[in-house]
Amino acid sequence: MSIEARHITKTFGSYTALRDVSLEVKEGELLALLGPSGSGKTTLLRIIAGLETPDAEPAGTVLFEGQDVTNRHARDRRVGFVFQHYALFRNMTVFENIAFGLRVRPRDQRPSEKVIRDRVRELIDLIHLESMADRYSSQLSGGQRQRVALARALAIEPKVLLLDEPFGALDAKVRQGLRRWLRRLHDEVHVTSVLVTHDQDEALEVADRVVVMNQARIEQVGAPEDVFHHPASEFVMDFMGSVNLFHGRIESGKAVFGQLVLDHPHTNGADGQAARLFVRPYDLDIHTQHNGRPGLRARVERVQSAGPQVRVELVAETGEAVTVEMSHAQYRDGRVSSGDSVYVSLRDARIFMEDYSI
Amino acid sequence: MKTNLQPTSETRADLQVCPTTEPAWLRYGLIFVALLFLGLFVVLPLIAVFTQALEKGLGVYWAAITEPDALSAIRLTLLATGIAVPLNLVFGLAAAWAIARFQFRGKNVLITLIDLPFAVSPVIAGLIYVLMFGAQGWFGPWLTRHDIKIIFAVPGIVLATIFVTFPFVARELIPLMQAQGTEEEEAALVLGAGGWHIFWRVTLPNIKWSLLYGVILCAARAMGEFGAVSVVSGHIRGETNTMPLHVEILYNEYNFAAAFAVASLLALLALVTLGAKRLLERKVRQDYAEFAANQGLEG
Repeated sequence: MSIEARHITKTFGSYTALRDVSLEVKEGELLALLGPSGSGKTTLLRIIAGLETPDAEPAGTVLFEGQDVTNRHARDRRVGFVFQHYALFRNMTVFENIAFGLRVRPRDQRPSEKVIRDRVRELIDLIHLESMADRYSSQLSGGQRQRVALARALAIEPKVLLLDEPFGALDAKVRQGLRRWLRRLHDEVHVTSVLVTHDQDEALEVADRVVVMNQARIEQVGAPEDVFHHPASEFVMDFMGSVNLFHGRIESGKAVFGQLVLDHPHTNGADGQAARLFVRPYDLDIHTQHNGRPGLRARVERVQSAGPQVRVELVAETGEAVTVEMSHAQYRDGRVSSGDSVYVSLRDARIFMEDYSI
Repeated sequence: MKTNLQPTSETRADLQVCPTTEPAWLRYGLIFVALLFLGLFVVLPLIAVFTQALEKGLGVYWAAITEPDALSAIRLTLLATGIAVPLNLVFGLAAAWAIARFQFRGKNVLITLIDLPFAVSPVIAGLIYVLMFGAQGWFGPWLTRHDIKIIFAVPGIVLATIFVTFPFVARELIPLMQAQGTEEEEAALVLGAGGWHIFWRVTLPNIKWSLLYGVILCAARAMGEFGAVSVVSGHIRGETNTMPLHVEILYNEYNFAAAFAVASLLALLALVTLGAKRLLERKVRQDYAEFAANQGLEG
């Protein structure tokens, strides 16, 4: 089922959590709402679930499959919701937790005890907790609890699955495993899903599309590759991974950042305007000599080779800190050590100006 | 077989002087002072109550507590408690629910007002009701016209008891419900559960021990209340005397054995409450601990 949110504004007292936000989730897709804390992503998710109501003025609407559900009670929306802290019913076993949504239905819609049992068993198999059906949540690990929470949400055969930072409280290792498991599960079940996260790796790995949010607004919507390789704003560029930032301005058709002078085609009439240069650490190369490509002189401060990548921290002649990342193979070809004077060249970069960017 | 794997640290622990511990004379001194105080002001009087009560033998004791006036006092005490406790249970739950779950104007005022009976002298609490419902009070003439008696009658005693005991349940529940938050209820709501289902199957099981604890404290206070009830009761023997008031009357009549016999019943009640409280305190911690464990915050 498709979801649409139109012109949603939400304020809590004097604090604005969402400012005229519109969003569309397509049938069967897994969409990630990505942003730092306080960006409004969780509020948007809760409004879709019906746990919060959007401000009445200006009026926003929530549509499920084209139908206005803005005033429909959370109880009647039939969404599956997974909470960051699991919110399992702690006085019930795993089995009873999963069965809850079926047992509380009005008598005429309630399935028979046998159907409930079969359905719960099926879901317990799905989350691989066959031996734990009679345990209480306090006897489970974090990862197991979140799987139970997911099964409980799926038990009511929701039309939409909403996940609020579902892996936020788990260890890095467990998180990775669950992430992949969730993606596989989605490919099997194909329920329209919205995942809220502040972890860009998680969003990029799991989602079909990513919505980047910042300060109560949507910054960019796109496929993971788009958002990562073609960030629409400085914020997205910065949020998607570490960057080196240089401040400069446009001078006679070129972008000038200290020693770095770059051709910049879209500078008509922009002379004198401030510009910012964003370079990913892996888009920089270290050479001993000037090689004709735009670059800058720098001194090596520190080399950090423990990890999947080698990180070299440098200080440019003009004083900016620069970080370069390279593979171990590259590093073996041209070793540097702290104190070395080197030349850092640019392979790829993005320039953002006041009002537009390329 | 027991093997001592850490002989040095294990065997020497008691010989070593721990840098954070006070000298022995101070430790034993403090313990002695505490015990002396407790013995003088709690244990000794408690023993006195029971010895005085049984001074003239079991027969007199039994007669004192089965005499019609005493029985009527016991009945009235149980009646007032039986009405005040359920009402305050409902009120406490409602107040705690409102305070823990909703944001509204005047919330802090409400929290402060709930504590009022703790702050105000019970005698004043009693006087408030006399002012309102007494013959010269605000509603006095209207009540007389309709032949309704509140002051110097059972309704007044019940009202005064409700007033002095209403903070107990709410006070127990507010911090717990605030700590627990609303996530479980929200989860139940999204799963399609109605209000009653959520209350009976999710909320109540999570707060049951704290609720019971509050009820026990509330009941103990309701049975022992003297000041407020004394003002509104009028001390009519066999009609508007509660147990504490009955004790006072007997005592003033120099009927010490009977006074202490009824007092011993109240003391016994206090001991039972204390025992129940002790047992429940562990369970209340369980309410909090289970919540913490469920959140993955254990340790």
